[in-house]
Order: sequence, then structure tokens, then C-alpha cells
Amino acid sequence: MLNSTLKELSDLLAAKKISSVELTQYFLNRINRFNPSLNAFITIDEEKSFAQAKAADARIASGEHAALTGIPIAQKDIFCADGWLTTCGSKMLANFVSPYDAHVIRQFNQAGAVILGKTNMDEFAMGSSNETSWFGSVKNPWDLDTVPGGSSGGSAAAVAARIAPAATGTDTGGSIRQPAAFTGICGIKPTYGVVSRYGMIAFASSLDQGGPMARTAEDLGLLLNVMAGFDERDSTSLDRPKEDYTRDLDKPLAGLRIGLPKEYFTDGLAPEVRRAVETAIAEYRRLGAQVKEVGLPNTRLGIPIYYVIAPAEASSNLSRFDGVRYGYRASEYTDLTDMYEKSRAEGFGAEVKRRIMIGTYVLSHGYYDAYYLQAQKLRRLIAQDFQAAFSEVDVIMGPTTPTTSFNFGDKSTDPVQMYLNDVYSVAANLAGLPGMSIPVGFDDKGRTVGLQIVGNYFAEAKMLNVAHQYQKVTDWHQRMPAGIE
Amino acid sequence: MKWEVVIGLETHAQLSTQSKIFSGASIAFGAAPNTQASAVDIALPGVLPVLNKGAVERAIRFGLSVGASIAPRSIFARKNYFYPDLPKGYQISQYELPVVSGGTIKINVDGVEKSVRLTRAHLEEDAGKSLHEDFHGASGIDLNRAGTPLLEIVSEPDMRSSKEAVAYAKALHTLVRWIGICDGNMQEGSFRCDANVSVRPMGSDKLGTRREIKNLNSFRFLQQAIDYEVRWQIETLEDGGRIQQATVLFDPETGETRAMRSKEDAQDYRYFPDPDLLPLEISASWINQVREVLPELPEAMAERFAREYGLTPYDAQMLTASRETAAYFEATVKAVGGEPKICANWIIGDLTAQLNRSELDISETPIGTTALAGLIKRIIDNTISGKIAKEVFEAMWAGEGVADDIIEKRGLRQISDSGAIEKIIDEIIAANPAQVGEYRAGKEKAFNFFVGQAMKASKGKANPAQVNDILRRKLAG
Repeated sequence: MLNSTLKELSDLLAAKKISSVELTQYFLNRINRFNPSLNAFITIDEEKSFAQAKAADARIASGEHAALTGIPIAQKDIFCADGWLTTCGSKMLANFVSPYDAHVIRQFNQAGAVILGKTNMDEFAMGSSNETSWFGSVKNPWDLDTVPGGSSGGSAAAVAARIAPAATGTDTGGSIRQPAAFTGICGIKPTYGVVSRYGMIAFASSLDQGGPMARTAEDLGLLLNVMAGFDERDSTSLDRPKEDYTRDLDKPLAGLRIGLPKEYFTDGLAPEVRRAVETAIAEYRRLGAQVKEVGLPNTRLGIPIYYVIAPAEASSNLSRFDGVRYGYRASEYTDLTDMYEKSRAEGFGAEVKRRIMIGTYVLSHGYYDAYYLQAQKLRRLIAQDFQAAFSEVDVIMGPTTPTTSFNFGDKSTDPVQMYLNDVYSVAANLAGLPGMSIPVGFDDKGRTVGLQIVGNYFAEAKMLNVAHQYQKVTDWHQRMPAGIE
Repeated sequence: MKWEVVIGLETHAQLSTQSKIFSGASIAFGAAPNTQASAVDIALPGVLPVLNKGAVERAIRFGLSVGASIAPRSIFARKNYFYPDLPKGYQISQYELPVVSGGTIKINVDGVEKSVRLTRAHLEEDAGKSLHEDFHGASGIDLNRAGTPLLEIVSEPDMRSSKEAVAYAKALHTLVRWIGICDGNMQEGSFRCDANVSVRPMGSDKLGTRREIKNLNSFRFLQQAIDYEVRWQIETLEDGGRIQQATVLFDPETGETRAMRSKEDAQDYRYFPDPDLLPLEISASWINQVREVLPELPEAMAERFAREYGLTPYDAQMLTASRETAAYFEATVKAVGGEPKICANWIIGDLTAQLNRSELDISETPIGTTALAGLIKRIIDNTISGKIAKEVFEAMWAGEGVADDIIEKRGLRQISDSGAIEKIIDEIIAANPAQVGEYRAGKEKAFNFFVGQAMKASKGKANPAQVNDILRRKLAG
């Protein structure tokens, strides 16, 4: 059961070889055992989880079994879940119990899935190492001295340590793909608008997108089938026909055109990451794919554009956390302004405050045109780069991150070094394109390497097919960290 | 020095939708605090706005009725500032690209017609209310109003007196109710104005520094506030002072304006397009659909009334003060079968006076169009005189029944029997020889005395025309 995929667990449940209650108990036991060292979960509520598991068993008994019925899934603590503490990794919301379900949570509940718990994350999803969480950093199960990536680090660590069979994440500049790469699992950020943002606490609205994190491409497809779909409560949700993201998994890859952006394979890329990625590309050649170099000439603009737009939107999105209606309020203050200042100064961590200040600055009178407006214009260039590339190739591949996981404290004192970790991932968010990461090997220290696959808009099924075919002939995704059995 | 006053108005009209502009919560007035605030309105973490199409439809209606252009694509922006009754920490409004641009409102002051140009009209959400009383040192927040849809209508600085400003505000007030986009209830804040006021030496084409008077919720306050502000600005300048750009509040108690904040402490709202909302796209076919159901507008209807019914422009304008008044007039004329001038007089005169006294809207009148027509018919067929009709009208208002019943019951039928009138007149002539002498000596005034006596003797029921004729004949001797 330890290394079973969702597909296998689902089959066991359908055949009534195991109950949802037993499965939930199994993972809760593992959480009790391993979470103290990993810190992957912020909230566990066994009573609530078992209630859902029992309901799922009743559904299965009545012959009403869907792919995820009875499957426990870890939910990133950015998704509001009715009756659950929903903290977004912040002291600001450390006491916030959501009175409603996010669209994603509702979709899982309707599918009969079980909420296994709420996972740790960088505060308000701002971070690439999980070191900004008010609830302490998450440890990477492959090496407890290294970071699991972020911001969906709790979800990534939970899946990698097999204390959850699957999890949700959100990705604003790489927050699903980078932790997936750092922990040797799979994650996909869908096309912007495919997964409703309703009830997903906003970081940067035009970039945020929820997505699944699991151990195989096939599992990602099953999860995405539940998470995706039009939601009228999100004006940026796309009204498209429902699709089965697993439909193309078994298609052969002969004739697949893979593009390698030359800008991704430069000096900044760690040699061991390059080697693992090139080995994976060679495997794809054997599977019948054609590989060619493509250009994404505006790649170097990605980070600067991202670090104008994302903080700008965040500075406004986080204004609602003012201590007036819910969340943290300073215990002592002299007047209204003092209450705002103290509540926000005490409730937010350093990285969140840094981004609020950057965002406030770039939107200010006299700076707006030079920063925000300019960034929006350049953002279009990034999207145009990809469209030019997709006229020649079907998918774009490269490293998910320039290096493998790093030690705690290595980059947390230098924000720019930390931001550069997202150099390959932010472009997909800026362009609204789907991107995923799958494990393709290790460096010399045994740290995992992720291969990033970026597809054109709505190419998720194709990307999952590309990843699945690779996983049929390799076993990186089945490798487990030591000491978790 | 002679000074010229320059006024521009910003008007907030609350749109008459069922629900809020970005959430499904009701906007009904007067509910218990915070009972009409949804998750979106209180800005819970994770919630998102969804635009209410009804609010957009009303903005289109407005744009069409003032001859403005409707933007095929407009943008919602965030106006960022902190205040406890602003739950998100930003107000969603339109900034660079508003839904409506241009257009004009026609006004008429002392018989002079004038067009006031509109700059723009944009959609936005209202904030909640801060309640500073009864909370023992704390403030209460009511978020029922948060997210209520508003159309902010901005005029050019085209008005040159408080009278013109009031005429503009009234014309706008009539229009928004006419096209059904706003209930116009000023006491509940559904229609409120900010006035930008400045003065400049007569003949100058440079605008003076303006001060903005906020939140005027009656036409009287609008007039008073502008008048005070204009006097203050002129006095300040004539005393050698300078006007500082500022936002001011009008205090109805003292009749004065006082500065709330100056330009120096103006906030930087950091406007930027709201990434939670797509650009608002309005197709030509949507605009056409709205145009097709747009009612005949007051101006066009007033012109038609003058033309079709032969009314004066003043009467036509009075009768088109609201759609209800206009409909009342047309229904009455139809029921009478003509005589529009008499119908108009009764509606503008006695009916309006009674409604005002009773603080009723014409939609609440106890005298319906058929009933009023019943009365007017009796005037036309000489059953009663105009004077007696007023008595009948009072009785009808008091609920005593229809005109015919009241005339019968009270015996008010006009005396048109010349024999009966002659008899009355003979008696009066016999009883007043002195006045007869005066009249015959050429004192025309004495004639009125006899008319008065005759009417008095007949309790007002004698046909006045017949009384005149018979008197002339008999007094001539």
C-alpha cells in the first residue's frame, strides 16, 4: 500500500479489498509517525476525515464508486474548507476557521474523496523553500537538512514521504512544479482558468492556479478530472466542455516534437541537473520523439516581470487582512491606524511584508507606468515567445529548476538568489500556459531532479500522455526516500 | 470685480438591481445590520467578484438616454485604501476606461434652455457604513451596503449658478427614475451629489481652484451648500486670500461648508485593473436590445405633449416630471375624451398640491384617472362650475365617492334654469337700489358686487355665464 498509486488504491476500494476508513487510518498513522520530523501538515482532524471516509464507504457499498471515492487527499492550507482551520501558512490567519468550501474542495467532496489534512506552505504562498511559513519549515523527506521547495512544500513532502497518496498545490510562479522537482514527485499547473480560484486564498490573481501533486502522471490526470471545470463564481474560470485528462495516456509518442529552449541550458544550470535532463531527453528520443532547439528570447525578463506583477497584485489582495473582521488583531493599539499597522506588522512575516512593499511601490503614482504597466507589456512578449515555439514543437522541455534542493538558510537571507530559483517556472504563469514537473533522476548527493514539460493552452492531456509514456519505461517516480517505511 | 461661478457635479445613483454588483446578496434598504452581507461582501479569504449583468444593463440604458457612447470594452480597476467599512481594502470601480462616455442633460432655468455635457458615467461598488454612535467608544460596521451597485455620473464644469446645478440634478434625478435604473430616494442615499465649485473673474477662460462639496443628499442642501461656498470663495479672494484645493463637507445645521482634507493629504489610491474581473465587453447587439425597450424619454415626451395636446412648454415639462405623472395625464385625457388643457391644469394644480400636502407620490393618489376624468367631464358639460369642482375634488380626496355621487348628495348641480336665476337677480336688484344707482352712473365696479351677491344667494351653483348675461340685461334697465 505504501507505494501504491491512486489508480491502484481506487481499484482496491472498488473491489472492496480495503475500506476508505482503513485507508484513511493507514495514512493518518503514517502522518502521526512521520509528520513530527517533516512538519508537512498544519492541521489534522481525524474526526472529520473519518466522517468523510465512512460516507465514502457507504457510497461504495451502494455501488456509487467514482475514481477518487474514498481516497484520502492532503489539501494545501490555501484552500478554504468548511469547518477547517485555513491558515495560508500565516500568523494572520492562524485562528481562521473557514465557513465555506473552495470550489476545489467542493469538487473533491462531491467525488467522495477524504480530506486527510491541511498541508504546510510558505506564508500566503510566497516562497520557494517553505521557510516563510509561520508554522515552521517543512523538511524534505529525501534529506531532512534540505528544503522541500515551495510554496506547496507541505503537499510535496507529504506525497514524497508517502504519508499522503496525493495532494493539491497552487502555482503562482512555480509553487507546484519546483517542490515537485525538489521532492521527486509529479505536479501539474494547468492552463490559467482551468481550475477555479474560488476559495483559494489569492496571492497574485492573474497568475495563481491550483493543480494536483502526486506520484505518477496518471494520478495527476485522475485528480485533474475532479479539480478542473467551469465555475461561475470565478470570472476568470473558462467555460469549456469537461474533458477526461487521462484519455490520451496510452498514446505512443512516435513523432512527438520536443523543443529545448536554448536559454534554459546556460551557465546558471547546475551540471548534474543538466545531465539528468539530457538523459531524460535521450529516453524520449528512444520513445520516438524528435528533439529540436527552440528560442525563448525573453526568458531573462521573466523574473523581473514576475517580481513586479505578483507583488503588485499581492499588495492589493492582502489588504483584506486588516484585523477588522477576522484573523489576527494586535492586542493593544491607540487608534484605527495604529490597529492596522500593528495587526499587519505583527500578523505578516518578513517575506510577505517585503512583497507588499514592492507591490505598493510599483503601483504608486509616478511609478506605475515605469513598473507595472511596463511589466504587463513585456508579459505579452513572454507569451508570444511561446506561441512562436509552439508553431514548431508540441511540448517544451527543460529543467524545472536550475539546481536541486538546497540546505535550510542557504538562500533565505538573499531574496534575489531565492527568486532566481523560479527562473524556468515563472514563464508558464506569465503566459498562462500549463506546466508540469516529473522526476528524472538524482544529483550526486541523492537530491532529486525534475524535468519541466510546458504545453500549449489546454494541452494538459497531451502533457500527461508525454509524462506517462516516460514513466512506463523508467522508475524514478517509484523511488522512495530512505527511512519512511 | 464681477465673478463667474463654475460648477461640475458628480452624482452617485444607486442602481435598482435585486442584488449587489459583485455578489448575490440583496440590496434592499433597512435590513438589520450585516444580514445582507455575503462571503464576498465581507471579503472572506478566497472569495471572488462576479459582475451583475443587471448593473451593466442599467448603465447602458443611461448611456443611451443621454446620447453618450457605450464603450465596447471597459475595465474594472481597484481603488486601494484602508477603511473598516471597505472590507477588501479596495473599492472596485472603473478608472481609465469607463462604460459610458459623453452625453448631455438639458436643463431649463427661468425659461432659458441649456445643455450640460457629461464627462462619463462609470460602474462601481458602494462601501459599507461606519456607525459611530451607540457603541461606547467603539465604532460599528454595517456591511449591508457594501457592494451595492452605483453609477457615478460626472458632468463637465458647465453650470454657472446654484440654480443651474439644482436644475441639472433634478433633470438627472427625473431621468434615472424615468428609465428605471434608480429609485431616486435621496433620504436613503440612493441619489447623492458631490459638487465641484470654483469661481473666476468674469471673462476669464482659466478655471479657478475648486473645492469639492461631498455627499449632498437633497436639492435644498445642494443649493445652500453651493451658495455658501461661492460666497466664501469670493470673499476669500477679495480679501486677497487664495483657494486651496480641498474636499469639504456641508453642515445643514449651520449652513456652512468646512474643509475635510486638503490636496496635500490626498491619498494615492494605486489604481490598477482588477485581475479578478475580465474586461467588460458590451456587444452592439446587447446595446440594440436595450435600446429597443428604452421608454420614450422625458424630453421627447414633453415635445410631443406640447405638439399633440397644444400645451405650453411649461405644462408639458411639469407633466413629464415623472413617468407616472405623464401616464396619469394621458390616461385622464383619454378618459375625458379630450380637453387636455383642463386635464393638465387639474393635474398640475389641485392634484399636485394635494399630493404635496399629503406627502404622497402620484402612484399613491387616492383619486385615480377615471375618477378625475369623471369630475372634469362634469365641468365640461356645465353640470358644475370650476369653483364648485374644487369642493367636489376635496370631497373625492376625502373618500366620499365619485364626482357624480358627491354632486347629487350635496346638491351641487349648477343652476342653469334662467327663470330661477332671474328670480334671484330680481330680488338682489330690488334689495340694493343704491348700488344699482352707482352702476347706472357708470361705476363698472358695482357690477361685481351683483355677481357676488347672485353667487352667494345660489350657494355658488348659478351658472356664472348666465348670471353675467342676465345681470347686464336687467341692470341696463
